[in-house]
Amino acid sequence: METILKIIKYQLRDVLRSKWLIAYLLFFLLLTYGLFRFAGDDSRVIISLMNVVLIIIPLVSCIYGTIYFYNSKEFILFMLSQPIERSTLYTGMWLSIAISLSVSFIIGITVPYLLLGQVNVQNLYTFALLAASGILLTFIFSSAAFLVAVTNSDKARGFGISLLLWLFYAVVFDGIILFTMISFNDYPLETPALIATLLNPIDSARVLILLKLDISALMGYTGAVFQKFFGNMLGILIAIFSLILWIALPFVTGLKLFKGKDL
Amino acid sequence: MLTALKIFFFCFFFLFANLNYVFAKDIFVGKGEKHLTAASALKAAEDGDRIFIKGGYYSECPIIIDKSVSIIGIDNPVFDALSKDEGFIIRADNVTIKGITIQNSGISYIEDKAAVKLESVSNCVIEENILLNNFFGIYLSKVSNSAVKKNRIKASNLKETASGNGIHLWNSNNIIIENNSIEGHRDGIYFEFVKKGEIKSNISYKNLRYGLHFMFSDSCYYAGNTFKENGAGVAVMYTKKVTMTDNLFVDNWGSASYGLLLKEISDSEVYGNKFTRNTIGLYSEGSNRVKIYRNDFNQNGWAVRLMANSVDNVFSKNNFIGNSFDVATNSQQHYNKFINNYWDNYKGYDLNKDGKGDIPFRPVRLYSMIVANTPTALIFLRSLFVDVLDVAERALPSITPKTLTDEAPLMRKRL
Repeated sequence: METILKIIKYQLRDVLRSKWLIAYLLFFLLLTYGLFRFAGDDSRVIISLMNVVLIIIPLVSCIYGTIYFYNSKEFILFMLSQPIERSTLYTGMWLSIAISLSVSFIIGITVPYLLLGQVNVQNLYTFALLAASGILLTFIFSSAAFLVAVTNSDKARGFGISLLLWLFYAVVFDGIILFTMISFNDYPLETPALIATLLNPIDSARVLILLKLDISALMGYTGAVFQKFFGNMLGILIAIFSLILWIALPFVTGLKLFKGKDL
Repeated sequence: MLTALKIFFFCFFFLFANLNYVFAKDIFVGKGEKHLTAASALKAAEDGDRIFIKGGYYSECPIIIDKSVSIIGIDNPVFDALSKDEGFIIRADNVTIKGITIQNSGISYIEDKAAVKLESVSNCVIEENILLNNFFGIYLSKVSNSAVKKNRIKASNLKETASGNGIHLWNSNNIIIENNSIEGHRDGIYFEFVKKGEIKSNISYKNLRYGLHFMFSDSCYYAGNTFKENGAGVAVMYTKKVTMTDNLFVDNWGSASYGLLLKEISDSEVYGNKFTRNTIGLYSEGSNRVKIYRNDFNQNGWAVRLMANSVDNVFSKNNFIGNSFDVATNSQQHYNKFINNYWDNYKGYDLNKDGKGDIPFRPVRLYSMIVANTPTALIFLRSLFVDVLDVAERALPSITPKTLTDEAPLMRKRL
């Protein structure tokens, strides 16, 4: 545990020095500031932010995670020549990436919000939900990126796969499910739709936030079904549990592969 | 002599017959007064008298008023129908009931038991009363030239069938309903076969079914009312020449809940209203020649749902802000007009700076057509894939109605 912390500490210092992360922080700062400044209504700001969070965070986590892993190849080889367990190193590296990305995201959106947004209970809840989804998505997609990097030694190939991974979950998955739904229009689709949402972390995060934002649209008949599921504590717990599973699954697989990998 | 006697008798009868009006009595009811009950006071009263009822508890309902009297409460007297019968039944013209609390009119599945019931009368005024836990609140049947003002009506039944309407009008004309608040009834205000009603500044909220519900009630005027958190919002049907202005339709949520449902309404005007946070802001089915202008649609699920059997309606100068869907419809054919509305989703430009966009706006998204057919697809709201689809459809419309466009959308919000 102590070694993990040490690795995280070192890695964080390393990551924080990179221009990427500063650009990422500035991006969120400027975006949120601009939105609060010019979009007017706070709920519209959160809607726009949500779109960015659901698209940009997985994309950056995916790409940055893979790049980072490939670029640290010498570092990994060097570290493993020391008496350090592979799992410790892997965990430490992954955590430092996920934490540093999350921290810049949180700072980037919170500072403008506290300066310009209306801080009230309703807003704060939606905002916290947005921030939490952002953090969870960072952890999910960086662990997926590590898995991709571990399984592919070729840099270009791994990079391409992690981009495809992002494209699949951000766009293609929804398309497939939507067209399946339209084809099976005559059947009751609420439960399959719910399961489909849990199968895609971006969708789970989106629906969780939507239930706070577009509540009036979702209160239609089908909406009521989703509201019942995601609106009560059990549904939220299941959704969060599935998101955590989405973090754990790629991480554990990646770790296992990394342990047996011939570097 | 005979003539003199005739004149004398004539004068005597004339005087006698009109004495009531000239010397209208004030009768007091209550502890320490001559009359302990309203019924005995009514027996003693004659047309034109005023009956003052002192504060206290009276369990003598139903009280049948068959004389033209005013009944006025002092210090809030309470009449309790003990969940069995009706409160006041008015069967004479020119009756006023003011400042009285009436509670617990009985629930019946056969009769419409009400706290105050007016039957075939005219020129009556019901004002400043408090009606609590009644089956029906104020019930007007074949009434004309009357007013219902400043009453507070509240019930707390949980089932639609065991609950009546707050203010119920049937086959009446020239009625003013003003400044009442109605809560927790089946329908807040219910009209059937009413002509020339004026409904102003009422608040109707948390009713089990509709905040306002009317049918076959032509030439009525609705202004400045608030309809909030009703089970199914407001539904108006089969009526001509209705004017609805400056009303608020707020927080009507549910699978079949509308801010305002227009069903077979024609030649009417709906303007200056605010539709906020409803599942469906305005739903139009089979309504023709309705002018809908200067309304604000904010944060509704569907701002406007316009069925294809609605024809020649004109939507102009409305604000559409923060709605999940702006307009939804069920067909590619459509014969209504949208012009000069403000849409917050409009992304066009205005080169000649006349305040109106140069390219038309298509308020119907492809996604809203998909959701109309496959309701479960609602779960993809605000998904990137759906947004991409919408952009493609807007560039090359193939499924959404081609003619449903706003040719000159406003660039800035109408103030």
